[in-house]
Amino acid sequence: MTRHETQGFTLDDTGRRIVVDPVTRIEGYMRVEVNVDENNVIRNAVSTGTLWRGLEVILKGRDPRDAWAFTQRICGVCTGTHALASVRAVENALGITIPDNANIIRNLMQLCLQVHDHLVHFYHLHALDWVDVVSALDADPRTTSELAQSLSDWPLSSPGYFRDIQNRLKAFVASGQLGLFTNGYWGNPAYRLPADANLMAVAHYLEALDFQKEIVKIHTVFGGKNPHPNWLVGGVPCAINLDGVGAVGAVNMERLNLVKSIIERTIEFVDKVYIPDLTAIAGFYRDWQYGGGISSQCLLAYGDIPVRANDYGPDSLLMPHGAIINGDLSTVHDVDLSDPEQIQEFVSHSWYTYPDETRGLHPWDGLTEPDFQLGPNTKGTRTKIEQIDENAKYSWIKSPRWRGHPMEVGPLARFVIGHVRGNPEFKEPVDRLLRTLDLPLEAIFSTLGRTAARGLEASWAAHKMAWFFDRLISNLKAGDTATANTERWDPATWPDDVKGYGFTEAPRGALGHWIHIRDRKIENYQAVVPTTWNGSPRDPQGQIGPFEAALMNTPLAKADEPLEILRTLHSFDPCLACSSHVLSPDGQEMATVTVR
Amino acid sequence: MRTDPQALSPFDPHSDPVLVLGIGNLLWADEGFGVRCAETLGRTHVLPGTVTLMDGGTQGLYLLPHVTAARRMVLFDAVDYGLPPGSVHVVEDGDIPRFTGAKKMSLHQTGFQEVLAAATLLGRLPEKMVLIGVQPVDMSDYGGPLHDTLKARVPEAVALGVARLRDWGLSVGVRAGEVSADLFDPSLAHEPFEAGRPSADEACRFGDTRVLARMSPCSGRGPGPSPGAGVGAKYDDRAPHTRERI
Repeated sequence: MTRHETQGFTLDDTGRRIVVDPVTRIEGYMRVEVNVDENNVIRNAVSTGTLWRGLEVILKGRDPRDAWAFTQRICGVCTGTHALASVRAVENALGITIPDNANIIRNLMQLCLQVHDHLVHFYHLHALDWVDVVSALDADPRTTSELAQSLSDWPLSSPGYFRDIQNRLKAFVASGQLGLFTNGYWGNPAYRLPADANLMAVAHYLEALDFQKEIVKIHTVFGGKNPHPNWLVGGVPCAINLDGVGAVGAVNMERLNLVKSIIERTIEFVDKVYIPDLTAIAGFYRDWQYGGGISSQCLLAYGDIPVRANDYGPDSLLMPHGAIINGDLSTVHDVDLSDPEQIQEFVSHSWYTYPDETRGLHPWDGLTEPDFQLGPNTKGTRTKIEQIDENAKYSWIKSPRWRGHPMEVGPLARFVIGHVRGNPEFKEPVDRLLRTLDLPLEAIFSTLGRTAARGLEASWAAHKMAWFFDRLISNLKAGDTATANTERWDPATWPDDVKGYGFTEAPRGALGHWIHIRDRKIENYQAVVPTTWNGSPRDPQGQIGPFEAALMNTPLAKADEPLEILRTLHSFDPCLACSSHVLSPDGQEMATVTVR
Repeated sequence: MRTDPQALSPFDPHSDPVLVLGIGNLLWADEGFGVRCAETLGRTHVLPGTVTLMDGGTQGLYLLPHVTAARRMVLFDAVDYGLPPGSVHVVEDGDIPRFTGAKKMSLHQTGFQEVLAAATLLGRLPEKMVLIGVQPVDMSDYGGPLHDTLKARVPEAVALGVARLRDWGLSVGVRAGEVSADLFDPSLAHEPFEAGRPSADEACRFGDTRVLARMSPCSGRGPGPSPGAGVGAKYDDRAPHTRERI
């Protein structure tokens, strides 16, 4: 290839090649190679998942009721979301219904995960792509205080407070333990915040570190423990006894009051700190409109947060469901995870093999047979790849497609789908933010749009928690304390051969699990995770995946400091732990960059 | 070091919170060592109520709340010390993160190194920490077993942890008979996990591009673990990290 047209992009691999590896800060590996032209604008992008994921094979022959516990370990971060997809898949296969309270509690757990994950992502995994920590050392605490007070009535905003933070940061940097901050390209011209805004953001980085410990207590209350809360096929594994006083295992009024107060504080933190920070940072980058990729063309969300137990139809799902293709925002298609023609995974450019690789396979028929081979234009050796050959197989990630289209998943997909469906809960916050920033709707199809949608979704999720909590309390007060349905717990009640699927919206996008149960054991299990959608390589038609598309046509301020590449990839909240997990050879988590 | 005022009082073994944390991914062969140590400790010993025994998995930064809540911490993990496989080695306090900077340490240590850095930044790093680590044989066998060499080291590592807790003045009892650990769902407990594991023939389980030097065809197609490949080869052949850093 030298030039190739696809999805409105012109791929051109003739310019200098830049390799960034690894890209993620936590949980998993990813490598990106781009070609830049003479102006350092990206003209070709290649995204490689470098780790093999084989969870499916571990599950073969196991008890379907245990699958959640294994799938919870696929990923070190979004554990609960895999567990949820798994119990739903088993329930779908076996026709098990769950009580209303179980549905409410699962929604509370999932919404809690959304808020927690978004908050940690924004402040701890993504903010430093926008915020220059070192510049915060030059800030004036007095003007920082004025800035903070102009944005929000959050109480921690005095000059003394910011001076204290600055001193702590100085001591930390002086100690040489940059630790958390070693990943940054401090001083890069792509950083746009003034020193005061940088200091404010660093202060909130620390506050968010501290605050996240509150949110996860909700998982401890309902899931029995954190990390790795417990789940149950047929409901939730938590008994409720309102009058109980410290009964072991049972959730009582004292625990519920704790949940209520955490929800209230979460809403306050998100609305008074996270959203104002997001708006302020976006304001300084409002003309940095790169990274949209295919977000204006093809978006997918399965939807989540059923308002009615056991109803997973579009009308019941509060988190939007549907597919947008070919940039036609006037039509949202329904998505059926059981339709073999809709979701298919291709492996023409992945290190797996199918009997016929021109065709995709639905997950129920999914094959996970590894086939590591490198294309003829690979530079380097099998064990020291200097440059990947993207015309051949080049990733451990498969290429899932919806009716043949690469699809972006995640908060931006959910918000755009909710917006075009006319749902005010998604339309109004987007319109309000764009008005504040004086930007048109199209501006949302960008790296910054993805980051903004995540923040707006954190707020949405926090408020929805309050709503579901009230519903739970009214159920309990009316005497309905059922949390599990064990009618079909006994495998003797199961059919001999059944298939099912379960889905959820993980913080980073649509997650589906497909299960085939034969003779009461798992015959086949396939998970298509959000980062498989977003990080997918090319397909037999030569279509590029969402990560690759999002990097296209982005100018780099400095080719040897690919801050813009990290910024855009991080905006997807990539989580390749689903492919496996971190292996850091020398304690450094810096991206390795090679320019050729 | 802790800087919050309440921590300036002397450690009280009867009331101050202590965290015993096993980290790692139990789906990845020897990577599960830390979690199996925590599991074994819970099955064989009785801990006082001030001690939290935790399967930290690979949660990285999400473990921060638990770490900052602890006054002292015992950490179990698979660590690449560059020692012979199965070597148990103890690292203390400030050397834990520094050691990780000197040489690769554990699979998820970046995640955990960040936790320690964040705790430091918040001024709430546990005042005493001990890392009880073992040198793994193989961490790339996805779904594979804990190697016998490491399995044999679990009791030793657990004993070191227990001894440390007792040194700190905590009263740790020995259980008369083993009970099942309530650390996680019973299906993940060591014996059922390994008993239900498909064979490597049924489920090819190799690792990633950085370990491909070890791989030979599996089922006649893809790569698979090649017999006789040493640990050294695995650690030396990680292509992405041989390049110069910027």
